[in-house]
Amino acid sequence: MTVSSQAGIDETTLVAQAREGDAVAFGELVRRYEGKIFRLAQHVTQNREDAEDVLQETFMKAYEHLDQFQGNSKFYTWIVRIAVNQALMKLRRRKTDKSVSLDETIDTGEDTMVREIAAWDEDPERRYTREELGGILDTAVQSLEPPYRSVFTLRDIDELSTEETAEALGLSVPAVKSRLLRARLQLREKLTRYFKRKGDDAFAYM
Amino acid sequence: MLTCKDFLHELSDYLDECADAQVRAKLEEHNAECPNCGLIADTTKKTIRIYKRMDPYPIPSDVESRLMRALEKKMSDGRT
Repeated sequence: MTVSSQAGIDETTLVAQAREGDAVAFGELVRRYEGKIFRLAQHVTQNREDAEDVLQETFMKAYEHLDQFQGNSKFYTWIVRIAVNQALMKLRRRKTDKSVSLDETIDTGEDTMVREIAAWDEDPERRYTREELGGILDTAVQSLEPPYRSVFTLRDIDELSTEETAEALGLSVPAVKSRLLRARLQLREKLTRYFKRKGDDAFAYM
Repeated sequence: MLTCKDFLHELSDYLDECADAQVRAKLEEHNAECPNCGLIADTTKKTIRIYKRMDPYPIPSDVESRLMRALEKKMSDGRT
């Protein structure tokens, strides 16, 4: 696949061309989404080698099954669903001794675990270099339990809708919402350490 | 009158702007009156914004070249 002059072409046209067997058009679709798919795969599998496999398998399957893509959803949503399935299979295969499921019933109790509160600066991330910030954000996400991590990744990093996230993960909409809330609050808590306004001490609450 | 617990329960919908108008009005009222919940809403909103702004990992060049090689092979074999 060569570097294409198709960067400006809209997705629907590229998909139509790829379905006709246009390798350059498919290559352009891959280039548009490979970064996001690789990131998603790393977030879900937490393993670089598995993430690379997931990346390859996702686009191979997408190519194989391109004629099954109905065009009712966005192409990106469709490949995300493939990527999530591949990533979940990896997770389950890797941890055969204890079954891993993102669908498992988890405690979705009403308590929302707010332990500390402190004001943040307006753009607190400016205090850190790009690399430092990336490290802080990744570490915080990776410390979430897998059911929370996957929902947060799809909703707030990959920016899928609640319904798309529910569909990709095989969860109900209320389950997605409740996990998302917990994930957001947990991350808020973890990041407060780094982003709170200098001189403001966090204090216990609730 | 909303409690802090009610407010937190609705926080995601509030921040995603998908709470219905009546609920939203109550949430805004609580947000303005309760400094702690106001701070939680503000810092949670910033948490989401910071993650949304995060760039995807650049794909390492070796990973990308293996991906492209695998796809080229697949394409030359034709769709199964």
